[in-house]
Amino acid sequence: MGVLQIVIVLAVVMLLVKPLGTYVYHVFSNEPNRTDRIFGWLERLIYSLIGLKQRAGMTWKRYVLSFLLTNIIFVAIGYLLLRIQSVLPLNPNDIGNMEQTLSFNTIISFMTNTNLQHYSGESGLTYFTQMAVIMMMMFTSAATGFSVVIAFIRGLMSKGQTLGNFFEDFVKSHTRILFPAAILVTLLLVALQVPQTFDPTITVTTLEGAMQKIAVGPVASLESIKHLGTNGGGFFGVNSAHPFENPSALTNIVEMLSMWLIPACLPYVYGRFAKNSKQGWVVFSAMMTLFIVFLCVIYTSEMNGNPQITAMGIDTSQGNMEGKEVRLGVAQSALFSTVTTAATTGSVDNMHDTLTPLGGMVPLAQMMLNVVFGGEGVGLVNMLMYAILGVFLCGLMVGRTPEFLGRKIEPKEMKLIAVAILMHPLIILAPTAIAFLTDLGKGSITNPGFHGVSQVLYEYTSSAANNGSGFEGLADNTPFWNITTGLVMLLGRYISIIAMMAVAGSLVRKRLVPETIGTFRTDNVLFYGILIGTVLIIGALTFLPTIVLGPVAEHLTLGS
Amino acid sequence: MDQSSKMPRDTAGTGSYAWIAVRAAVLFIILCGIAYPLLCTGLAQLFMPGNANGSLIKDSSGKVVGSELIGQHFTDQKYFQSRVSSIEYKAEASGSNNYAPSNPDMLKRTQESIKAWKEANPDVSITDLPVALVTNSGSGLDPHITPESAAVQIPRISKLTGIDPNTLQQLVDKHTAGRDLGVFGEPRVNVLELNIDLKSLMTK
Repeated sequence: MGVLQIVIVLAVVMLLVKPLGTYVYHVFSNEPNRTDRIFGWLERLIYSLIGLKQRAGMTWKRYVLSFLLTNIIFVAIGYLLLRIQSVLPLNPNDIGNMEQTLSFNTIISFMTNTNLQHYSGESGLTYFTQMAVIMMMMFTSAATGFSVVIAFIRGLMSKGQTLGNFFEDFVKSHTRILFPAAILVTLLLVALQVPQTFDPTITVTTLEGAMQKIAVGPVASLESIKHLGTNGGGFFGVNSAHPFENPSALTNIVEMLSMWLIPACLPYVYGRFAKNSKQGWVVFSAMMTLFIVFLCVIYTSEMNGNPQITAMGIDTSQGNMEGKEVRLGVAQSALFSTVTTAATTGSVDNMHDTLTPLGGMVPLAQMMLNVVFGGEGVGLVNMLMYAILGVFLCGLMVGRTPEFLGRKIEPKEMKLIAVAILMHPLIILAPTAIAFLTDLGKGSITNPGFHGVSQVLYEYTSSAANNGSGFEGLADNTPFWNITTGLVMLLGRYISIIAMMAVAGSLVRKRLVPETIGTFRTDNVLFYGILIGTVLIIGALTFLPTIVLGPVAEHLTLGS
Repeated sequence: MDQSSKMPRDTAGTGSYAWIAVRAAVLFIILCGIAYPLLCTGLAQLFMPGNANGSLIKDSSGKVVGSELIGQHFTDQKYFQSRVSSIEYKAEASGSNNYAPSNPDMLKRTQESIKAWKEANPDVSITDLPVALVTNSGSGLDPHITPESAAVQIPRISKLTGIDPNTLQQLVDKHTAGRDLGVFGEPRVNVLELNIDLKSLMTK
């Protein structure tokens, strides 16, 4: 039954990739189509309200400048709101203002689509900041990522100077995708028992006569955009493990599909823009292959359970249930963990710190690779970066100038790609080393032994990949962790985006090279193999030593 | 009119982009951060108030005793016991200790749970004790136990309350929910609902 329910979810995703991808393509192809009649009026209203008179294409520099400016303004306003939240409306539980370094961390975390949370929602935020800061950034950071990936794809495909208009892409991401989907999913979740209220915390007398306080709030509206925007920050401290955020296996599936479908259909969108859908399917297949391998590892490992508990003589046929919920069980939990770290959402429906060593290695490894589907936008951009690298390596082997989609790949592009690829391990491994050198970092470790290595490594990997899940045992609400992870999230988000936009800006100006018999094709099985190989080789070269020190060492010492 | 005004907008100064960015930011804070959650809350409260307010449940006398979705801490051994919770089901917060599988504290806690369980349930072999009952749920608020976890508690509850084991088993079966749509998730028993019925049976 465990395997069957996983297979059904995978099948639903594969069936929906094409229809959904077609829809997304039409949204951003800027050609007239039927949906204009439904959304056109709203978009025209928004354009006039923000003073966008012409929607001329932007060069890559203008595009980057526009999205950086918009993000900076969101950050400034959001930071202010967190700092003064106690006096703002909708604060029935009398929550205080958020501390400086925690506000810094939180605001960067949500703007960069990471959603690493060093606060606990029940006690750290008012209903107003949950809405005006958290939900707002869940929309806008996702729309920013969306716009960037579309601009990048346009850079690969079109001719001229420009990559599209950022504000137009940003508005359309909201009006045609995120708003309608979020409202629909919210209502679906409420129908499946997720609360949506402004009432304060409920106090009840329990069956045994004790007092129980039950935190509630506008949960469903956050839950939907949290997943649709691959954000991941929970309303409550324990995120989607909380029965109010995720009351049943059905909501678990709704949430997984919400976060997975958009990243999964982006390779298809890319194929449509390339006017060769095989290009898209090659990328999709490479992602799906890696996904399934990772899923098998975590599922098997969690089903086998913890050998030290099995040795105590109780019935462990259910697998590793520490940190998991009965209604979800191992199958739904393992699938959710794999999806959330593939789609870089970072919501959790079980505690990743409590996963078996090899089970916990899976989320870690997926965030290190950062190309298995990936979050709104950046996952596909990263995968295409590896595709260009793969083409380059093959070009070196045969001694021919590498080409990608008819454009020559030259030193300028390769330098930018090298920066983007090397940045990721650098901002993971360097701060991890720093954390181990200081008591400020080491002091926060709560699980002794090799698992402590994993805790620190996981925190920075999650920040760099803009994922946001955590080995939550880590006592991370300290100025040291707030500031270092804040900086890692910033670099992880913007350096690679800017570098890749520069690549797009450079490629878009190049003359198309006519295809000949000698052209290296990127739409066949051979390239699928090369793509996976490139990803795994680069990933293994950079991260294998730390993986061995953390999860592998823990696994070997746990006995089996 | 000078030449530049006829040029495409793209060559406009950075200043005009900054102004659009400011206006866009303010507008989207209002749309995403205020209008959207208000609309959702309105619709939810209008059409599904029970669900939207936390699925509260009442006991046989009509008093609200908790939420269907939030577990409770049962100390009296006459009741079916919930899973281990480091926060003792205090639902103003949520969470667990996040113990790694290799954490000695977790292994010690599990051993102590097993020992306590053996003392309270001397008639049941520990090889039948399901792992879910002695492990901490992720949320610390898990409202469910597995059907097996309920079944192994029947001998103890029968002895303490004098209720026939078959009646108890029927009660457990009544509160056992299957997999969603027959496939998804795991079979489970809602402990609070089960204990509400058990309580009314005890007072009869």
